[in-house]
Amino acid sequence: MKYIARRIIFYLITAWAAITINFLLPRLLPGDPVQALLLRFKGQISEQATQSLYVLFGLDKSQSLWSQYISYWVQLFRGDLGLSFTFFPTPVSQVIGQSLPWTLVLVGVSTVIGFALGTAAGVIAGWRRGGWTERLIPVTSFFSSIPYFWLALLLISIFAVNLHWFSDAGGYDILTDPGWNLDFILSAAYHGILPALTIVISSFAGWMLGMRNMMVTVTSEDYVVVAHAKGLSERTVNFAYAARNAILPSVSGFALSLGFIVGGTLLTEMVFSYPGIGYTMFQAVQAKDYPLMQGMFLVITFAVLFANLVADMVYVFLDPRTRSEV
Amino acid sequence: MTYIASDTEAMLEGDDNERAFVETKRQHPLSGFWRTPKSRVGLIIFAAFVLLAIVGPMVAPFNPNALTDDLLQPPSLKHIFGTTLTGQDVFSQFLVGARSVMVVGLIAGTVATLLGVIVGINAALFPGFADEFLSALANVFLVIPALPLIILIAGFIPNGGGWITVSLVISVTGWAWGSRVIRAQTLSLRNRDFVQAARATGKSTSSLIVFEIFPNLVPIIAGGFVGTVNFAILSMVSLSFIGIGSSSDWNWGTILFWAQGQQALSQGAWWWFVPPGLAIAILGMGLTLITLGIDEFVNPKLRAGGLDLKALKRAKVRSRVGYTAVLPEKGRS
Repeated sequence: MKYIARRIIFYLITAWAAITINFLLPRLLPGDPVQALLLRFKGQISEQATQSLYVLFGLDKSQSLWSQYISYWVQLFRGDLGLSFTFFPTPVSQVIGQSLPWTLVLVGVSTVIGFALGTAAGVIAGWRRGGWTERLIPVTSFFSSIPYFWLALLLISIFAVNLHWFSDAGGYDILTDPGWNLDFILSAAYHGILPALTIVISSFAGWMLGMRNMMVTVTSEDYVVVAHAKGLSERTVNFAYAARNAILPSVSGFALSLGFIVGGTLLTEMVFSYPGIGYTMFQAVQAKDYPLMQGMFLVITFAVLFANLVADMVYVFLDPRTRSEV
Repeated sequence: MTYIASDTEAMLEGDDNERAFVETKRQHPLSGFWRTPKSRVGLIIFAAFVLLAIVGPMVAPFNPNALTDDLLQPPSLKHIFGTTLTGQDVFSQFLVGARSVMVVGLIAGTVATLLGVIVGINAALFPGFADEFLSALANVFLVIPALPLIILIAGFIPNGGGWITVSLVISVTGWAWGSRVIRAQTLSLRNRDFVQAARATGKSTSSLIVFEIFPNLVPIIAGGFVGTVNFAILSMVSLSFIGIGSSSDWNWGTILFWAQGQQALSQGAWWWFVPPGLAIAILGMGLTLITLGIDEFVNPKLRAGGLDLKALKRAKVRSRVGYTAVLPEKGRS
């Protein structure tokens, strides 16, 4: 478990770095955008809320940077991320709480599907290298280079505007009642198909190419030759020997890909007006809602760190070498 | 005469197959790279886009901002990519926009690669605290999702800044991958025989780096550079699509921003949003193919994948796991 412990320490350091970046950015960059916003809302914000925004953005010049940093942390631990200007006067934490579940479900489901399909395709492509799958490589690299948001535009144009199969915007039918009832869940699933399809198509190719290259590398290892020599069936050699080892870099490289996929998901949500983090962030950017943008960045980073921790645990399960370490 | 497809140009791998080396004529190391169809196609695509970026803004038939009476026209001879809702010529916007996409991609790619090389080589050469610190720094930047960070930084800069600012912001978030790969490769090179031999002849550390290690890092650095350019172009276009930065400064993301904002989708104006996205995807494909070509150049094992499909079929060979096809050599000097 030393491996997991080391990873957790690393994620804590990363979380600290993200929070510190968040703290330093508004203080380092020129201009005082928040001050302008505060002036615009003067009189509408309560004394206490103003104070919390002052702490978040370091508008109180009388304090030293160090004491600003400490009060920033204290406020963060209370879960106070300030007030959103777009959804005034809702606290940022509440806005995030409403949009986070949408994104988590969307990213979670479509990433798992994309990973499973792409890895399986990569195993086949690596197994039969030189075969027809070889011709798919330029095609897949084309698909992996398509910007998520453009693919989203295309899918909307084809399936929503022209064919009317799916709706082009939103996360659920506004006639249904959000909650744990069948109508709402069906409606949410129906609205989620196109955004999920966008993410699956875009992420598929990356997993496939990576897995294919690892398969090709692994299959020339001695233990694969030995497995063949033992007379094991091709299927056993392929899945139990080659693929079993080739998948390790895909899992350990999950961190990188996830950051990229999350970025793509944010853009996809913006195109679909999907009520998740991405669309809310889009609104925040449009309205220059700095407290909301900062809160979003923190939450997205924490979610990615947590997903990485899960990937690490899967890795420990898959690779006995990480467990044997004392 | 036979040759094993995967071993012919194994120059980088320290070359344990000297016979193959003697039999094939001595060629420029890069000719193998050029002969791979993947890298050749990739390089041609990339060159075409560089040309587009240089020539594009000069040959644009209209002013991309000019409003005309041809509202939302489908493609025609006059307007090759049609017009926008306000009568602007999409083709001109496309041509003018090519330059900033390529410039930002190349600047950000160069700066990020430089950062990656400096951090990566130093981390590998100074084990202990320096390595721990630099590696941790790179890993932190790898794990923090790049696009939200770019959006956050660019959002705080008034008007999103110009080309240079955007490029710098992107390179700050995009250097880490290159540095990690370079560190790993430098570590492995450091203990190879030829470096040890050079060290034994009394060469200084700096000349070891410059003359022994660096030349062998070039393919890795090139691969990292191409990958980073790809990342930078996607990030830059995404930023413009969200509406960060000046919206009158044309690039392909800006075109998509206006297309999305002015309901191109519901009006069926496919000519408005298809060309810019397609161009990004084709450029990205070209860059990915170059990276794959470089990968094959560095790792000869992957090259067997590039076997001549027709030759395989003629020889009735079905490729499968753990099996390197050996084909009779034909028409090759």
